[in-house]
Amino acid sequence: MSAEIAGDGATITPYTDGPLIVRGDFEILSLDGEVLPSGRKTVALCRCGVSAIKPFCDGTHKLVGFRSGDGE
Amino acid sequence: MSVLQHDLAVTAFPMEARGPLSTRLTAILSQGPDDSAQGLELSPVAEAAVAAASSVVRDDDVQLSLFILYGLHYGSFPAVSADWEWHPELVAARRVLERAFEGELRATVAVPPLPQPTRVAVARALSELTSADSGPSLSRYVAKKATREQLGEFLIQRSVYTLREADPHSWAIPRLTGRAKAALVEIQADEYGGGRPARMHSEIFATTMEEFGLDRRYGRYVDEVPAITLASLNVMSMFGLNRRLLGAIVGHLAAFEMTSSIPNAMYANGFRRLGYGVGVTAYFDEHVAADAVHEQIAANDLAGALAEDEPALLPDILFGAAACLVVDGWAGAHILDSWTADRSSLRSGTP
Repeated sequence: MSAEIAGDGATITPYTDGPLIVRGDFEILSLDGEVLPSGRKTVALCRCGVSAIKPFCDGTHKLVGFRSGDGE
Repeated sequence: MSVLQHDLAVTAFPMEARGPLSTRLTAILSQGPDDSAQGLELSPVAEAAVAAASSVVRDDDVQLSLFILYGLHYGSFPAVSADWEWHPELVAARRVLERAFEGELRATVAVPPLPQPTRVAVARALSELTSADSGPSLSRYVAKKATREQLGEFLIQRSVYTLREADPHSWAIPRLTGRAKAALVEIQADEYGGGRPARMHSEIFATTMEEFGLDRRYGRYVDEVPAITLASLNVMSMFGLNRRLLGAIVGHLAAFEMTSSIPNAMYANGFRRLGYGVGVTAYFDEHVAADAVHEQIAANDLAGALAEDEPALLPDILFGAAACLVVDGWAGAHILDSWTADRSSLRSGTP
């Protein structure tokens, strides 16, 4: 049974031309092992490299025309 | 007349009328429904208001009346009897106004060619539609040029929707099923603070107003905002409260979320530029990260999945998205045009 169906663990979904969406039971840590507070249950992680709030997504992938190469 | 009804009868409606229809409507709502069971005759007044308006989207009397009629469903006016909510004459008048409002939007809003009803194709079409949004930008002006007074006006204009943020789209929850419903609830749960009342977006915005020195009570500034600002909220209420417009409210939310992260980063910068601290900027900063999540869910899991599951809704999903961009574009242009002409964007001219 997948983590999504079982409702435990975490899932990571790469959205077409967008960020990685993380859901479930997870923590995001700094290199020092400190928890980076995300303030929400579902988070978007930058994968285009231009977010000003990395590791989180701030939507700027749209301005640079990021293409993930999947979807169609 | 009971004591309670007498109290209601002498309670002045908390907003100023803007024409014959809103005058009649506020007079009716200042009484209890039992005091005036017959002879309300509001729909003929609504018909006349619509006939007299050159644009119902920009007509103060029509938009304020719609705002008040929708307010009965939200519970926006505590002094007004809740018994009015489903009064047939008020619903009939609302339908007159909605027919004209929707008709004008369908006639003026350009809808892009329909994509295939698949999750990926619909998300991509929405992405193209929302990135094509060009022209002068209110967010850029707020970031670089707005004065303290203009920032106050900006908060006042925003407060009509934002103190009720997310509520219009929540009407769609019971009307959806399956994965589209789960997606909408995932977004709305975050909008409503994920179980923490202080993190509700409407509450964070109320704190922003308070920290800025404005009154946080809902509806306090309605008299100040023009028809087009009321129309921006009325579009959402119309789409949300009419089940036949389910596709449109879903498309509206997708477009709203997809044009939010980047402007909110600029709004936050504008307030920081004039020395405002985190108490004021928290709302805008929050929306950079929040709406970067919401836009993905709204485009793919909500709008895309709904189009895949119910292809008949696809045209209205695109219409709702386009209507959001057009009407909010007009509301933003009103503010920007006023400021660049050295005028206040508010009706009284001063906050």
